[in-house]
Amino acid sequence: MSGGHRLSTGGVIDRSQTLRFRFDGRDYAGHPGDTLASALLASGVRVFGRSFKYHRTRGLLAAGVEEPSALVGAGEGGRFEPNTRATDLHLYDGLVSESQNRWPSLDLDVGAVNQWIAPFIPAGFYYKTFLGPPALWKLYEHVIRAAAGLGRPPQLPDPDRYERRAAFCDVLVVGAGPAGLSAALAAARSGARVALVDLDRRLGGSLLGDPVTIDGQPAKDWIDAAEAELRTRDVRILTRTTAIGYYDHNMVYLAQRVVEPGARTGTDGISQRMWRMRAGRVILAQGAIERPLPFEDNDRPGVMLSGAVRTYLDRFGVAAGERFVLATSGDDAYRTAVRLCDAGLRVDAVLDSRPSEAIDPALLRRARDRCPVETGVRPLRAIGTPRGVTGLEVRAASGTVKYVADVVAVSGGLTPSVHLHMQAGGGLDWDEGRGVFTPTAPRQGQVSVGACAGRFQLADALSDAWRAGLDAAAATGGKPVADTPPRSETWAFADQASAFVPAPGVNPKKVFVDPQNDVTLGDLDLAWREGYRSVEHQKRYTTLGMATDQGKTSNLIGLARLAENEGRPAPQVGLTTFRPPFIPTTLGLWAGEDAGFHVTPLRRTPLYDLHAAFDPPWQAVGYWRRPRAYLRAGETLATAALREARMVRTTVGITDVSTLGKFEVSGPDAAALLERVCATSVSKLAVGRGRYTFMLREDGLVNDDGTVWRLGEDRFLLTSSTGGADRMAGLISYARNVLYPDLRVGAANVQEHYAAIAVAGPRARAVIAAVVEGMVPPRHMSLDRGVVAGVPVLVIAASYSGERAFEVYAPSHQAVAVWTALAEAAEAQEGGLYGLEALEILRVEKGHVETGGEIDGRTSAHDLRLEKMLNPRGGYMGQLAQQRPAFADPDRLQFVGLESLGGPIPEGSMLVERPGFAVQGHVTAAGIRVLEEGFVGLALLKGGRARLGDELLAWSPTRTASARVRVSEPVFHDPAGDRYRD
Amino acid sequence: MMLIPCPHCGPRAHAEFTFDRPVEAITRPDETPDALVRNLFSRDNPRGPSRELWRHTYGCRSWITLTRDTATHAITDVRPVGADA
Ligand SMILES: [Zn+2]
Repeated sequence: MSGGHRLSTGGVIDRSQTLRFRFDGRDYAGHPGDTLASALLASGVRVFGRSFKYHRTRGLLAAGVEEPSALVGAGEGGRFEPNTRATDLHLYDGLVSESQNRWPSLDLDVGAVNQWIAPFIPAGFYYKTFLGPPALWKLYEHVIRAAAGLGRPPQLPDPDRYERRAAFCDVLVVGAGPAGLSAALAAARSGARVALVDLDRRLGGSLLGDPVTIDGQPAKDWIDAAEAELRTRDVRILTRTTAIGYYDHNMVYLAQRVVEPGARTGTDGISQRMWRMRAGRVILAQGAIERPLPFEDNDRPGVMLSGAVRTYLDRFGVAAGERFVLATSGDDAYRTAVRLCDAGLRVDAVLDSRPSEAIDPALLRRARDRCPVETGVRPLRAIGTPRGVTGLEVRAASGTVKYVADVVAVSGGLTPSVHLHMQAGGGLDWDEGRGVFTPTAPRQGQVSVGACAGRFQLADALSDAWRAGLDAAAATGGKPVADTPPRSETWAFADQASAFVPAPGVNPKKVFVDPQNDVTLGDLDLAWREGYRSVEHQKRYTTLGMATDQGKTSNLIGLARLAENEGRPAPQVGLTTFRPPFIPTTLGLWAGEDAGFHVTPLRRTPLYDLHAAFDPPWQAVGYWRRPRAYLRAGETLATAALREARMVRTTVGITDVSTLGKFEVSGPDAAALLERVCATSVSKLAVGRGRYTFMLREDGLVNDDGTVWRLGEDRFLLTSSTGGADRMAGLISYARNVLYPDLRVGAANVQEHYAAIAVAGPRARAVIAAVVEGMVPPRHMSLDRGVVAGVPVLVIAASYSGERAFEVYAPSHQAVAVWTALAEAAEAQEGGLYGLEALEILRVEKGHVETGGEIDGRTSAHDLRLEKMLNPRGGYMGQLAQQRPAFADPDRLQFVGLESLGGPIPEGSMLVERPGFAVQGHVTAAGIRVLEEGFVGLALLKGGRARLGDELLAWSPTRTASARVRVSEPVFHDPAGDRYRD
Repeated sequence: MMLIPCPHCGPRAHAEFTFDRPVEAITRPDETPDALVRNLFSRDNPRGPSRELWRHTYGCRSWITLTRDTATHAITDVRPVGADA
């Protein structure tokens, strides 16, 4: 007696063609139409993997996406995909697959020793065992990581593409089984734009291979005719496409497998596609998932769901074994028994836990014509070895009875798949007799039909779905047709009783509920005894339903156990949240095209190509990229930056500052708007003059800084930091449109309209005089207009470096000529280009605060020594909030300078008295004296403004670097500003 | 992902919009410090209708107000704001 085999007839597979594939290093063959699971089952394979915690051998439980145990890795190299279900992997020629959680092989597994110590790995094992000081976690982590995890990640980059698409439809039908097809036909005939999706490769769902008839036709012919009609009606049919998430306002995410896991892609290179489908109405026809029965060792290979055994037989032409017994609490197993017998297979018994009077006599007769049926019988334990089940022990009225079998087909009732309905915010009704939750109270107009609505009768599913299709079409502007719905025979296979409680005498510690995470009834009981009595606590403490199958076959059993322990009805205990995605998805699907270079947009200044010609090291600043330095042969970044900084201090340098935020504000109330946005006075600024300014947030903390220039009586230019530019654009728009819509003012973001080039150094004046035709360079904080190389420019005299400096604004599309002229003139003055590193060295030495450095979202104007510049007339955003008491706390972190008493000051280090002592502040920027010896820095220090002269340690335990420092005024270079004067 | 009916552009995906704040958090310089703190930091967090300020940032850039039910995400009463109105 050995395992499964292929039958010579039956199933919707193509026996004329052979597909070759590998599993765990062995060669196998299957046929088109097979899944990996059906092909392996047909080849006699019973053990598909080992469990997560105890490394128990596991076989196939199911035939669909609910499969908890038969997880495999598929593909090779960068295409390798772990943790995919053998039941959801359609066979292709050349497939290379492997089982998981087994070492060195499925037959001999070292980790299986865990099952002998199972009593010592109870629920909450990790929580109880790995206690203690944090340092111990370094040890625990190795133990846990070695034992945990499913599969292994791919080791090479994924060569394939993942696409994202947006789509719209009137009616989205999820699931193309009998109900879905019926709904799609009704909606399409009524004129709706319909999309029909199914996770399978072909349409038909549970009808595939089923010998039922619909409208007098064999199911197969009815499916084919339905598909043909839907295609002529332009229905968008997406197969191999799983509705994984139902989001707000009828947005459904659809994950499409363009090629199977691990398979080579076509010429478009696309492996998977994510559809974002916005639907007018959504019809859910997802079907139902069968539950196993609770008995000891119910996880043995060969214990399979009754419906799965039937699917392997009818759809794939595979007998799951040689001798079958069926244990059931409902009618569905009778269908399987009849199909098995009619295929000539040996069914030793149907074992129904219900008393005979609770079973439809016609059904009983029909089964008993073919095989023995025992009623009032409950399964106790599976008999067998790790290689698989060899029989079933049951409790009958006469006592304990043993049956021989290599397949124990079980049916504990059907669970409607309400996942999407619940994600859409729907509610549930509880049907105690059948042990099912059925969907109710749809919040987004979604409607569930067929088995996912608890309507298990084929005839009911067809007619309900038809009605739903007509209604959905009518709701989206269609005209319902008067045709009659598809009709089918009815067969009393739809009755079920809930069967959550094991027979007396069964040891709950040996009854598996969640086979993927190795959670037993005993674990659930233990968790309850230890006080984990909320369904959410039970889940997290025992890990029930937290595996990759999300408890599709197990959650309801766990819930019922909790309800029983609690002595409360199931609906009062409640359900855990149904979260997307419905099936595990690969990360590539979510990343889509946003990979590599396309992870973030790249913003280029108008001068980008000129910088790129130097191949400089780049600094990402927001989405911008700025050169850190222009390195010469033999230079490091540090030596180049220092050379460039010295050049600016001694001759002249030019640098691209186009990334700064720029706003033009004009109109009679321009000054009034700016005095609400900026915390400094603006209205008294003379035309042609500018000044430093800063803005507060509504909570009173400093938001950003920049300069403001009066271009004309009613016209201003406001600049902000690079990083703050987008934030300032939003703030100005908010002030303009929301707070003060009555002001007569327009504000335009002109950040990208103008390139800006800084010219700084003692010879900057000479450069401007040489390049701008006929211009007398404006005084510090003044502006003038001129022409450079035929291009009109605005020249403003402002300095960030601490030298006499200008910023030259030119239209972006003409900026290259201006830069070239300035660069040549700078070279003639023994100067040149400088980058962001030199800029930083210069600003630290000058003690300018920087957004993202000292302006860190926690500092006030007073903390940054800016309080004297606050507009005494008030009226600006954030003014009021500064009156809160915390702003007057003398222990606030305040802006100070640091002079090193030794070597370099580690940036980001903490300021302490001695190592291990309380942290008093931190170093925001480390710098170096440009023309003198020594290292300096800027810092935020508790009560720092009153602590000049204090000595502290700048200490960085993570870098094992430190420096003794003395607290100083933050300006190290030219405190009097003499260098700004001509 | 919600579908937000912009009064200027029609129904557009949530991704085109940025939430700014509940309307009671639109503070003005002439408020008392207590009112400011309450409106900025100590607002109610209602389960149900919430009047909110949004911006069609990646569309027409207009500011709008709308009522969003925080339990169901149902959106009603969308209006243009300020100078764009
Ligand atoms: Zn808009």
